[in-house]
Amino acid sequence: MKLNLKIWRQKDAKSQGQIVDYPIKGIEGDMSFLEMMDVLNEELINKGDEPVQFDHDCREGICGSCSLQINGEPHGPDRLVTTCQLHMRKFNDGDTIVIEPFRATAFPVITDLIVDRSSFDRIQQAGGYISVNTSGNTVDANAIPINKHDADEAMDAATCIGCGACVAACKNASAMLFTSAKVSQFALLPQGQVEAVDRVQNMVRQMDLEGFGNCTNTGACEVECPKGISLENIARLNREYLSATTKG
Amino acid sequence: MDSKVPKGPLAAKWTQHKNDINLVNPANKRNIDIIVVGTGLAGGSAAATLAELGYNVKTFCYQDSPRRAHSIAAQGGINAAKNYQGDGDSAYRLFYDTIKGGDYRSREANVYRLAEESANIIDQCVAQGVPFAREYGGLLDNRSFGGVLVSRTFYAKGQTGQQLLLGAYSAMNRQINRGKIQSFNRHEMMDMVLVDGKARGIIARDLVSGKIERHSAHAVVLATGGYGNVFFLSTNAMGSNVMAAWRAHRRGAFFANPCFTQIHPTCIPVSGDHQSKLTLMSESLRNDGRIWVPKRMDDAIAIREGKLKPIQLKEEDRDYYLERRYPAFGNLVPRDVASRAAKERCDAGFGVNKTGEAVYLDFASAIQRYGAEEALTHGIKNPDEKEITRLGKGVIEAKYGNLFQMYEKIVDENPYETPMMIYPAVHYTMGGLWVDYNLQTTIEGCYCAGEANFSDHGANRLGASALMQGLADGYFVLPYTIGDYLSKDIRTGAIPTDLPEFDDAEKTVQDRLDKLMAGSGQNSVDFYHKKLGKIMWDKCGMARNAKDLQDAIDEISALRTDFWANVKIPGKADGMNQELEKAGRVADFLELGELFAKDALTRNESCGGHFREEYQTPEGEALRDDENFKFVSAWEYKGEPKDAVLHKEELKYENIELKTRSYK
Repeated sequence: MKLNLKIWRQKDAKSQGQIVDYPIKGIEGDMSFLEMMDVLNEELINKGDEPVQFDHDCREGICGSCSLQINGEPHGPDRLVTTCQLHMRKFNDGDTIVIEPFRATAFPVITDLIVDRSSFDRIQQAGGYISVNTSGNTVDANAIPINKHDADEAMDAATCIGCGACVAACKNASAMLFTSAKVSQFALLPQGQVEAVDRVQNMVRQMDLEGFGNCTNTGACEVECPKGISLENIARLNREYLSATTKG
Repeated sequence: MDSKVPKGPLAAKWTQHKNDINLVNPANKRNIDIIVVGTGLAGGSAAATLAELGYNVKTFCYQDSPRRAHSIAAQGGINAAKNYQGDGDSAYRLFYDTIKGGDYRSREANVYRLAEESANIIDQCVAQGVPFAREYGGLLDNRSFGGVLVSRTFYAKGQTGQQLLLGAYSAMNRQINRGKIQSFNRHEMMDMVLVDGKARGIIARDLVSGKIERHSAHAVVLATGGYGNVFFLSTNAMGSNVMAAWRAHRRGAFFANPCFTQIHPTCIPVSGDHQSKLTLMSESLRNDGRIWVPKRMDDAIAIREGKLKPIQLKEEDRDYYLERRYPAFGNLVPRDVASRAAKERCDAGFGVNKTGEAVYLDFASAIQRYGAEEALTHGIKNPDEKEITRLGKGVIEAKYGNLFQMYEKIVDENPYETPMMIYPAVHYTMGGLWVDYNLQTTIEGCYCAGEANFSDHGANRLGASALMQGLADGYFVLPYTIGDYLSKDIRTGAIPTDLPEFDDAEKTVQDRLDKLMAGSGQNSVDFYHKKLGKIMWDKCGMARNAKDLQDAIDEISALRTDFWANVKIPGKADGMNQELEKAGRVADFLELGELFAKDALTRNESCGGHFREEYQTPEGEALRDDENFKFVSAWEYKGEPKDAVLHKEELKYENIELKTRSYK
């Protein structure tokens, strides 16, 4: 397969970036998108150019590192996959592919295709936990039975990998899907009830402080989420938030 | 080698030890700093617990967030001797299974402690809100893993590692929010700093700015995972590396059993030369999947040529070789046994993909079995075959849906309709820094936890035990044992970073970076990494022999010289440079790889994942030599890997009788 890549190059946070054309050939359908990038980088290195830098690590769709905006879509055209799981068989010979970093005020570009997503960490630090010490004498794990349906729903919310596709997909660059996934996980479990009021307020406050936009329920986040995190979580966050603010 | 195992009966050792060791009072803890390198299950849980106890903790990870450490990719589950299924499980049985699974090459006292703490881990994680799978009654569900006869594995779909890591990450976040943990992300430890023989800090590189930084502490914990990427292709993350452990080794920490590597039997086969990493298909699939190759050579050839489809092959024409060879454990034999059996069939010419390096993992009979069961429980009378298949697929999807989806995305085949193709791949390293019972390395004040140490899995790790060990070390062991050491440091005060030892270490790091950047520019880093990987896989992989190992030593040594002279690293060192990061890691793999081969060459026996062709039974089973090799190899750094000096920790089995491991 021959492709025409148009890739965002940016030296560092302070520099101006631009799209650069890279024609590439010899790409096979069995390659993952990042393996295609490896081929390009090997060529660039051998030519004496600087390779394109991008975040990636596990390359099996779970660490949430990879974060490419491919032809305007986070993680590209396939559904329920991260960039590392996207395979070149989804493209055709002769295609032009535009590759950019995830764009959001709260995700400043570090270099090339790498963005700073530490704002996500700070949202979690504001309340994405249950305050329990490591003591070795918490109650037995089976002491509190949890309805299977609730446990499964909590698990579905908890599968968020924190990649930021939801933000990149959203016209408002809102982090509501990400934040609501954690709020939902704990809202659905008895362990999460004690701190529920503070948690939702603190996490939402931090989300706003970081410069993420508001949610206008377009649902683009759910469509692009590689883990299929449901929009219902945002509804649940809103309920939790409303109830927390009325409780004071 | 003094393992510092406490005296007394096995089951009482840990409790007694905790009662005997010194504590640090809460006010003094505030004056003590601890560095934790690596934020996976072991590092994340240790950092959170130490901060909770009151110590000042600094964490370091090369990823952009602690949540991305590679523990996140563990799929199948975590073992715990809870006996919730009432199938006769106990701490002793978990201990026994782990020692036997490890082919009698791990330390009894450490493994018993691990088994003892396993139950606490589940309680702790549930309290943190980890959403483990549950049954309809609301209680926790279990599944079985290889090498055991009970169901003791807790799981969260096929994403158990992710959920446990996010639990540890949330515990860290709580402490970051309290100001008790400072988290340095996108930072890599480049060297360890020793003052008066004690670990007192690290030199780190800020991977964004390229700045070299000094960080001091009263103790340093390394929880930096395994070194499987020495094989280039493995199930490890692209960034997983041995640098921190290797730098500590060069500073005096002994490296134990480097040749004990786990080759996992169920991974997606290599598809071509462009392959950058391998993907695991969880061992949990072996609960329901049956492994087979064609019985007849002509069928195997027809399948490879695409003239025959696996579903066309009749039951009697299939060789379910694990069920045939190991009737007692069948498809659930331990990983090393399953991997070797797959290699044996493929080497004999029965492989089923284009390269001849794949076997089938088939869910057809599980789909039928579950379908019939579902029809019965839903009161469906006389269901037809279609209905049963539909119901059965539903059950399989609920259990393994995300794994099946992952497989389909990568291979472009539907595993509900046609059997999966799998082949063994490097997955985990049992070897690592030598530690005593307190998890302290041979450098005073340098501790090592999780996969990075060697202590609990012997020559082969059982499934769902890595998560257990990481969290046991981090939540329940290290935070206690490190206090005993730190109790002597309450009057030391903060460690200054302007000591000559820091100057020296920083200069070493800077010189090394300069040297890397100064390569003549012939070949990329990946060029060398791939070459190293090929030597390792061909000569130090699933089967090893003396000649190949000697060749490997010579070839790796030559490759290392070539690397330092001719590597090409574009860009500069004073900013983000991913090629430079890779180069530093590959440079260390080029040393470790040689020590690995040397260790394998020294160990003239077959045990667990270490299979020496010269030492096998006529049936091709591993031939262990307890008389001469019942020890841990702990290597001391003396310059070049070929000069490393072997120290032996004799293993004593006081509670378990040494037997030939049999799964027949």
